[in-house]
Amino acid sequence: MSSTTTDTPGTGGSSGADENVPAGEKATRATLKYVDDHFGSAGFLKRSMDKVFPDHWSFMLGEIALYSFVILLLTGVYLTLFFHASQHEVIYNGSYAPLRGVPMTDAYASTLHISFDVRGGLLMRQIHHWAALIFTTSIVVHMFRVFFTGAFRKPRTINWHIGVILMILAILEGFAGYSLPDDLLSGTGLRIAYSVAESIPVVGTYVCYFLFGGNYPGQDIIPRLFIIHVLLVPGILLALIGAHMMILWHQKHTDFPGPGKTENNVIGSKFYPTFFLKTNGFLFMVFGVIAALGAFATINPVWLYGPYSPGQVSAGSQPDWYILFLEGSLRMMPNWETHIFHHTISWNILIPGVIIPGLMFNLMALYPNIEAWATKDKGYHNLLDRPRDVPVRTALGVMSLTFYMILVIGGANDILATTFHWSLQAVTWVLRVLLIVAPPIAFKLTKRFCLGLQHHDEALLHHGVETGIIRRLPHGEYIEIEAELPPEKAEVLAKQIGYVGHSNGHAAITAGTNGHGSNGHATNGNGSGPKGGRLKRPVGLAETARARMEHFLTEEREPVPDAHAADHADEETPVH
Amino acid sequence: MENVSTSALTPDTGHRSGRRRFAHAGIVLLVIGLFGFLYAAFAPSHSAATSSDPAIEQGRQLYLQGCSSCHGLNGEGGVTAPSLIGVGAAAADFQMSAGFMPLRNHTAEAERHEPAYDDTEIEQISAYIGSLGPGPAIPTNLDYQSAPLAFGGQLFRTNCAQCHNFAGSGGALTYGKSAPSLSSASPKEIYEAMLTGPENMPVFGDQQITPAQKLAIVNYVRTIKTSPNPGGAGLGRIGPVSETAVAWLVGIGVCVVITMWIGSKV
Ligand code: HEC
Ligand code: HEC
Ligand code: HEM
Repeated sequence: MSSTTTDTPGTGGSSGADENVPAGEKATRATLKYVDDHFGSAGFLKRSMDKVFPDHWSFMLGEIALYSFVILLLTGVYLTLFFHASQHEVIYNGSYAPLRGVPMTDAYASTLHISFDVRGGLLMRQIHHWAALIFTTSIVVHMFRVFFTGAFRKPRTINWHIGVILMILAILEGFAGYSLPDDLLSGTGLRIAYSVAESIPVVGTYVCYFLFGGNYPGQDIIPRLFIIHVLLVPGILLALIGAHMMILWHQKHTDFPGPGKTENNVIGSKFYPTFFLKTNGFLFMVFGVIAALGAFATINPVWLYGPYSPGQVSAGSQPDWYILFLEGSLRMMPNWETHIFHHTISWNILIPGVIIPGLMFNLMALYPNIEAWATKDKGYHNLLDRPRDVPVRTALGVMSLTFYMILVIGGANDILATTFHWSLQAVTWVLRVLLIVAPPIAFKLTKRFCLGLQHHDEALLHHGVETGIIRRLPHGEYIEIEAELPPEKAEVLAKQIGYVGHSNGHAAITAGTNGHGSNGHATNGNGSGPKGGRLKRPVGLAETARARMEHFLTEEREPVPDAHAADHADEETPVH
Repeated sequence: MENVSTSALTPDTGHRSGRRRFAHAGIVLLVIGLFGFLYAAFAPSHSAATSSDPAIEQGRQLYLQGCSSCHGLNGEGGVTAPSLIGVGAAAADFQMSAGFMPLRNHTAEAERHEPAYDDTEIEQISAYIGSLGPGPAIPTNLDYQSAPLAFGGQLFRTNCAQCHNFAGSGGALTYGKSAPSLSSASPKEIYEAMLTGPENMPVFGDQQITPAQKLAIVNYVRTIKTSPNPGGAGLGRIGPVSETAVAWLVGIGVCVVITMWIGSKV
């Protein structure tokens, strides 16, 4: 176990180490010397290689996205060698007999060619597509890790914003790629995208004409999507991923509270060799998983879908999963339309196709800013929150996830209906009700669950572990023996709960922990401290809203049964 | 499978051994005789179905036992079942060889079963129902293998895929109805389904889809149903939803387990 500590502001912590160095370290130095002899840049490299990364498993989720992106680039380049981004009509003459002689676009014919007549083509297509699914999924999983641990707080808010843009771009990129083969399924998807764009009042029709170069489907959309898919979006993605990683590198990774961990240090493995080997091993495992999927599981069998034709549609036409939430919101929406001045406003498309996703992505992007604004949290946070310690934020996250998942399931309502022999209408109605009812329930349950876990932690710390040994006292009463936690464990737990060691103060919405850091009051207003008194004066609407929001985010904090209780009395009645 | 039918009126569904089939035939003949007697005694004299063709007559007897309780003594229909006059021999043949009829229980739709009758019996009953009124006959030319395959695919995507899905895997219709998977339908049944439009399926008459086109469709369906998936496991051929499930459970699932494993090592 090679744990290392670096000081956050500092240079490599162990630069002056002695000469009895382990083999790994020797290798590092040899490499450094070689590079330095050629570039004279060893100072920078040395600092980088000694960079310390914390070890928690959830910090590797983002790497899944990184490595699947690498796979996308590699396989995508291969596909580009053979793909024809053209909607000119050709007659298929390749080796897939059930389509021989059928008129189709060059794009579709070349995809068939890749699948059946290019060596390794089908495997590449399948790896590319599976990697796309893993890429987009891992982005979402990674994002939820960042959300639930509060890693998006200052100073990492900009990286959160970059992350949201990356996610949106990944979705766009996936949709563009999915549409390229010009098969019946993706053509149906494009047709829906066209209608969604068309539903935007006033400008909709113009937007569509601009994007598609005329009426649907036209001749322009596939070549345009191709440039978007292989050049434009990958270029931006690459640049933003670079920025994302450089900011991470510069700011250093966050970590959970624990022994020896403070706001000003990082404890973990050095980048080289430990983290480097670890992450490279992981790279090959991710490659392996995706390659195995590509080899053993069919994805997007375009030859079965057939070429796109406006007069055809298949039952159960679904998009890839990252668009499924939109499909679901479209499928669940009642059929509302308004007619004014010879114009039709298609609420049935506008709301689920434009307004709902617009709100979702904007709220997601702005959440860190909203939280910081509401709680007046201006502090730096290098230590993470445990999800249970921020019950409202965690509950908001689970609530959003619930809402999102119901939309996703809604996109597969017909598959649910046939698989379980339910009525399609019943499924749709149940999902409509759930979409409104389930998120608040998820919120309440999660919050309770977090508070329960907090109680459990407190009990462990203050009463120790239940041993299961029952003893009868002389006067007849039965008691259970409780063993104190071993001191190391107690220390870890105390750190995690936040009793000690947060020199910068914890997030204001960290239930029960605020104000226990040595100068928590100064950084986190939270109703106490110098700013608390202002609430008594007549305040503007914005401030009232802010205070309301703060109350919502921080209410039901667990009172902490210890000497600091006095602080809390202060906070609840701000008499200044 | 030891499956003893308790009443001669309920056709046996199990795989019948030769000996038991004889026994059944005996009972059936006995009951037919009885029915014939009763029928001759009580049937209204203007009954339509008196035929010279012995096959049709046999079919009528079988019909009276197995079907008339729902479809009426002369195929005129009943409270629960539609009239069979004019549905044609093809409809009867389809319904019985796919095992939909005789209907067992009233679910949202009839389900495919082992046929309750053997081929000769099905032929006879179908001939009888065909004799009730003009309707589509059982197709005789089923030489589908030489029909144009790709053309069949185009016809299939235009006429059938919106209900049965792009690969004939089935799909949902409204209110608990669904279009079934076409995996177990025989070439003749596919042809007859188009000809007669069972339940919620439209009829594709010979004006809309010519017999040659029907054979092309049959060829396409049978070809994709019997061809393997070149890309590995087919995942049900229902499109991106099953792919999503695999990406989440297998793809991301395994990757996350790996992160935990690595996390526990370092
Ligand atoms: C338990 C009642 C019941 C019995 C017994 C029954 N049927 Fe039916 N049959 C129905 C019902 C209900 C329908 C309509 C719904 C459907 O198609 O599933 C029907 C539909 C049919 C159709 C399709 C009619 C059309 O318009 O295409 C045919 C043909 C048919 N039955 C033949 C038979 C034959 C032959 C038998 C005897 C072997 C038989 N049925 C026994 C209830 C029954
Ligand atoms: C409007 C939707 C619809 C369309 C279009 C449609 N079908 Fe069907 N099909 C159905 C339904 C519903 C059934 C189930 C009937 C039943 O349960 O008796 C069915 C049943 C069948 C069956 C019997 C399947 C089995 O094994 O039970 C076949 C074969 C079939 N269809 C073929 C076709 C072909 C070929 C076409 C195109 C020419 C087609 N269908 C078009 C709805 C449709
Ligand atoms: C960054 C993330 C990327 C995502 C999410 C993505 C996603 C997709 C998807 C879902 C498809 C449909 C493939 C199919 O099933 O056939 C596709 C096709 C394609 N992609 Fe990508 N892709 C990405 C990057 C790239 C890159 C960088 C390139 C090239 C440099 C590329 C080139 C192609 C080509 C040529 C096709 C069409 C070929 C075919 O469908 O067989 N992709 N992409």
